Amino acid sequence: MIWLDTLIQGILLGGLYALFAAGLSLVFGIMRLVNLAHGDLIVLGAYLILGLGTATGLHPFLAAALALPLMFALGWALQSALLNRVLGDDILPPLLVTFGLSVVIQNALLMGFSADSRKLPIGPIEAQSLPLGPVTVGAMPLITFGSAIVVILGLNWLFYHTALGRAFRATSDDPVTAQLMGIRPRRIFAVATGIAMVVATIAALYLGARANFDPAIGPARLLYAFEAVIIGGLGSLWGTLAGGLVIGVAQAMGAAINPEWQILAGHLAFVAVLLVRPRGLFPRAND
Amino acid sequence: MRQKLTIPLFLALLAVMALVPLIGSRALVQELFMVLCLLVLALNWNMLAGFAGLMSVGQQLFVGVGGYAMFAAVILWGMDPLAGVLIGGVTAAAISVPVAFFAFRLNGAYFAIGTWAVADIARLAFGQWKALGGGTGTSLPKGAAQDMAGVVPIRALLDVSKAAAVDVMTYWLALALAAVMLAASWVFLRSRMGLGLQAVRDNPVAARSVGVDPTRLKALVFVLTAFGTGLAGGLIFIQIGRISPDAAFSLLDWTAFVIFVVVIGGIGTLPGPVIGVLVFYALEQLLADYGTVYLIVLGLIGIAVMLFARRGLWGTFLSRSGFDPLPLGHSAPKSAT
Repeated sequence: MIWLDTLIQGILLGGLYALFAAGLSLVFGIMRLVNLAHGDLIVLGAYLILGLGTATGLHPFLAAALALPLMFALGWALQSALLNRVLGDDILPPLLVTFGLSVVIQNALLMGFSADSRKLPIGPIEAQSLPLGPVTVGAMPLITFGSAIVVILGLNWLFYHTALGRAFRATSDDPVTAQLMGIRPRRIFAVATGIAMVVATIAALYLGARANFDPAIGPARLLYAFEAVIIGGLGSLWGTLAGGLVIGVAQAMGAAINPEWQILAGHLAFVAVLLVRPRGLFPRAND
Repeated sequence: MRQKLTIPLFLALLAVMALVPLIGSRALVQELFMVLCLLVLALNWNMLAGFAGLMSVGQQLFVGVGGYAMFAAVILWGMDPLAGVLIGGVTAAAISVPVAFFAFRLNGAYFAIGTWAVADIARLAFGQWKALGGGTGTSLPKGAAQDMAGVVPIRALLDVSKAAAVDVMTYWLALALAAVMLAASWVFLRSRMGLGLQAVRDNPVAARSVGVDPTRLKALVFVLTAFGTGLAGGLIFIQIGRISPDAAFSLLDWTAFVIFVVVIGGIGTLPGPVIGVLVFYALEQLLADYGTVYLIVLGLIGIAVMLFARRGLWGTFLSRSGFDPLPLGHSAPKSAT
């Protein structure tokens, strides 16, 4: 039974990682942009939720709803003012710019909020759990996992059933021809990054509710998220969810054997998948 | 012809740098040691990212492996730390081979994340090595560095304490390593292989069509830079005297700073890292009291350079002045008249 329990904990943890990764996957799939600041932007989102909650006295869930439009605007502005300028055939400039951004955000947070670890106060629901057949699962991990599914469903709907999604796919496949059809790639990119930041804010809510956070934890979250994206395959959102589950289950299994092996097991699973399938499990597009 | 002026200038600068321990304070020697090590790391990373197009975010892997191999050589096998540095370089190069087999299957951004993940695997794995202190790390045995070959003559020569002599020794080694690395980079880039590498960077299809094998060249650069980075790692941790997985495999110290140095100075240019390291040192002196502000400024400068002057300070200087004192190309052969 302990193995079943570990497996389920791993799957639920994988939901959180899929949330970290979904925004990254969206941006990467549409414009081949690797945002090395994504982890730090999630942490920024968590601080924003914390700040809004403290200022207004609202519950973190409501504060997160307030943070969503702000983070969308931030993503939109970031893409329009900064990232659009460095997109191109050469992959170095966007990598280096987002790397710089990561260091700037991390240290700005450190200045503003100190290195103390914080947590979002979500109240009694934190300790609640549900008996689910032979195992008991926490309410929050279950809500996190459910949110991940809803986010992926929502993004897929957006991608395949709306005009905006059609523009996303067209720009992803062939930006030049898309322009002939009256699509402005730069605008599309700005909206995409805005949406990615909305997803990042949802991820930030569950990150802050689940465990302590501090300004320095962004890069590690980015690494898990990116591993999930790569395992899933470029441009496949369900693949990203699968990738998150692989990392989550591997980490839970590793931790069950020896707590020091949690992160290591996740990385090893990533390497193992890539050795067998260098393009990931479900690649949609060619890079 | 211009090289005729550049080479004596380079040698003169080298001589001045070598004389620093005779006149400067011990603190200055220690500071410049770290600057020189950063330069060595920057030269190596520039070779990888700037010339071979391999954007690695995992060079801390080789610094850490170099440092740990040196510690293992001293603590477990009772060797001289200097031999340990060499073992550090060789071990880093040896480890880079399987890493290359994995990472070279990944393109572009995947390569960046793949190398980073491998470095994190190494950080966690070395944390399991109980003989070298596990997760908390360990120190070099007392006196190991002071019994290092070369320390005694330096003491006799300069009449300083044992600890200061160790600083001078590591400083001179770092200076030599930086100079050799700079010279070797120049020779390599002007060689047949180096020209092939730049051809691949500028136009991969055309390069292949004239018989350049990009993968073989890039793999060679990957292994050679791992060797250089590993040597620097070994040397750095003699000076620090203490090692732990988090310090040895630090993304910030051994890769992030290095990336900023190269980007600011001029990625894909040979003098770029030298200029970048000077700017870095100046900023460090200027903003030392402000801690995190310093990193923010560094990040903002890096972003600004990428937006407005992609080839950094040196690249901007070249395109403005049109004068290249250190050309990587060859001048056209003189026509027989």
